[in-house]
Amino acid sequence: MSFVEYSEFIQEGDVAIIFLGHDSMMPVKVQQGAQTQTRYGVVRHSKDLIGQRFGTKVTCSKGGWVYVLHPTPELWTLILPHRTQILYTTDIANITMMLELKPGSVVCESGTGSGSLSHAILRTIAPTGHLHTVEFHQQRAEKAAEEFREHRVGHLVTVRNQDVCKEGFGVTGVADAVFLDIPSPWEAIRHAKNGMKRQGGRVCSFSPCIEQVQKTCEALADEGFEEISTLEVLLRVHDVRSITLPLPDFGSDRPLETPTDTPVPSNASVLCKTTTPPRDMAGHTGYLTFATKPSV
Amino acid sequence: MADNGDDDSQHRVNEGDYVVLKRGDIYKAVQIQKKKKTVFEKQWFFLDNAVGELYGTTFEVVTDGKLQPRKPKHIESSADAKEAGTDNRNIQDDGKSQKLTRDDIETLKEQGLNGQEIVQHLIENSTTFRDKTEFAQEKYIKKKKKKYENSVMVLRPSCRILAMMYHGREPGKICHLRYDTLAQMLTLGNIHAGSKVLVFETCAGLVLGAVIERMGGYGSVVQMYPGGGPVRAGVESFGFPSHFHDTLHEFPICHVNALLAGTLDTEAKDIDTDAGQANGDKSNLTKTDPEKAEGKGGSPDTEDQSMETSTSTDPAEDKEREEREKRREIRAQEKIVKTEEKRKKLSAAAGVLKGRNADGLVIASRFHPCPVLLGLIKFLAPSRPFVVYSQYKEPLIECYSKLREQGGAVSLRLTDSWIRHYQVLPNRTHPMLLMSGGGGYLLSGTTVATDTTKAKTCSTTAEEPAAKRLKLTETTEG
Repeated sequence: MSFVEYSEFIQEGDVAIIFLGHDSMMPVKVQQGAQTQTRYGVVRHSKDLIGQRFGTKVTCSKGGWVYVLHPTPELWTLILPHRTQILYTTDIANITMMLELKPGSVVCESGTGSGSLSHAILRTIAPTGHLHTVEFHQQRAEKAAEEFREHRVGHLVTVRNQDVCKEGFGVTGVADAVFLDIPSPWEAIRHAKNGMKRQGGRVCSFSPCIEQVQKTCEALADEGFEEISTLEVLLRVHDVRSITLPLPDFGSDRPLETPTDTPVPSNASVLCKTTTPPRDMAGHTGYLTFATKPSV
Repeated sequence: MADNGDDDSQHRVNEGDYVVLKRGDIYKAVQIQKKKKTVFEKQWFFLDNAVGELYGTTFEVVTDGKLQPRKPKHIESSADAKEAGTDNRNIQDDGKSQKLTRDDIETLKEQGLNGQEIVQHLIENSTTFRDKTEFAQEKYIKKKKKKYENSVMVLRPSCRILAMMYHGREPGKICHLRYDTLAQMLTLGNIHAGSKVLVFETCAGLVLGAVIERMGGYGSVVQMYPGGGPVRAGVESFGFPSHFHDTLHEFPICHVNALLAGTLDTEAKDIDTDAGQANGDKSNLTKTDPEKAEGKGGSPDTEDQSMETSTSTDPAEDKEREEREKRREIRAQEKIVKTEEKRKKLSAAAGVLKGRNADGLVIASRFHPCPVLLGLIKFLAPSRPFVVYSQYKEPLIECYSKLREQGGAVSLRLTDSWIRHYQVLPNRTHPMLLMSGGGGYLLSGTTVATDTTKAKTCSTTAEEPAAKRLKLTETTEG
């Protein structure tokens, strides 16, 4: 197992994902002799996990069952421990495409945060690319590096504990793409430009506030970036439902047999298969600003 | 072509490259061919001068349709204090403020003035320009620039660019798949190097190309196709290196049931004139039989004919007939070779699919997604993602319901993506006035091991007697 390569069977040391039900999952570090408590009972690693196929149904001690899934960056995003606010799959998908990431891409990222986007980037640039990720918080930087190792992607990433606005990404002239999710991205644009290949590349800045966006766009224009474009994306979920709608009874159009007869109400109803929106939805995550560094 | 001596070469345009031309928000995919006239945005020009330049270079179209690299942009002169007004209360919008006529402008164009110079003339001949506010002036200049500029940027093709191009130019060809929806598909499908992905699409090859791009030449892609042959026009525009095509297989869906039932026969038969029929392959092979028979001198009628006319002993005619028959034979041989190639490809694709261990499934077509999904999901290994795109929501509702009924999938989600672009300018930041109305719908999920007992949802109730027995034995074992 790794986050960048599928495998068929669960082995000791793997990270597996226990699927308990709709929107309920938990990561598990597979170890001989270990046990994991779930609301359906205990999952015994040696018996239920090791040697089993990913995707199998596991019956827990209390009789209920769960599925064990192969980790993916998308599943990880939903269950990872939050050390910061994270990016979700909708934004990640657009960032990946708009930055033109693919196997072999070299990417610079700051801040690493909880590693949500990092894992998605690693998956996309493997096996020949590299991610240089910068995090100014020491413990977060260390935790991220630890997780990358555990997830068997350490060889594809370099974590640096420094301030990108002051010291840059630690590399110059190598990146095909740069991603910024920091409080003051305009202060890192010069470093982004330096980190990128001389022949050009793509940059993206993610900011929750429009004022940050304005300052960043100005900085991008000043540094000669082209194709500056700001957008936002949101995901709308449609919950599939079968609903029953009662039909109104407008009565019979023929006169009643006797005046004292009361009309018999009909209980007709119609079954519809449709979707309803959830009560709330994510209304805003952040603005995504993209630009192209022109070839010199 | 001169090499600059640095490692630039892979960033430079070569003859034969597939590129994308860009002006503003308009894109067009073309292939660089010297001395070939290209039309783009009502302009004709030759791409010859693009060869050797870096990708991303902007060119001006000059006289004779030649491309000239544009000099680096000089920053818009904000140094000179422009005369500007404060608001538009006294500006009449009577269409009479521009003193240059259409003919005047045409004359300027013919004189060879570039876009920037024409815009300058327009400003000088506008009676209201200096009364406009600074913002209005900027907006005016931007608008005129867009209309009169004749610059072209030459870009390296990518999923992003081609997806935006298709969506802007020919959305009907890609089932109105919007680029952000495509982005979701690639990520939700966990498309990555080294995996085995099945693709069923009728989006001119755009989706297939996007998948191939994300695989980087590693792993394998099987294109399932309806009808006679796979459509791959869009894939060409990506300009993939040739070794990427080694990872691409194709499989006609008309053989899916046979493959699933184990009755698909892809073995080579003895090569004879009826080789095509033995394969049970396409009908075009049987069509060739009479031709082949002719070539071998089989059919009695033609033989008689040729014998009859040959009695007229015209050596020139005889030679012609000989040549014709030779050509027929060659064609017949080529057909046999082609059939064998086709059989080999089918066999290879069948081999890839047979194990039912694909890592991902991507569907985006004009076909009803339900049967497509239910048929192809059988080729996926457990714990693997699938993504189905549909222009419409209802067919996906059906997919969702059927999947929940039959089991074998979790985390089913019906979603659509909403996108909004912004204009960001000092004191003028706001969302764009026009917005995309819709980009299609996605159904995504993850496969799980199929149960012998059909399950509807994740069980919360214990399977009573069996569970109790289990628990007892476990505690005794400690």
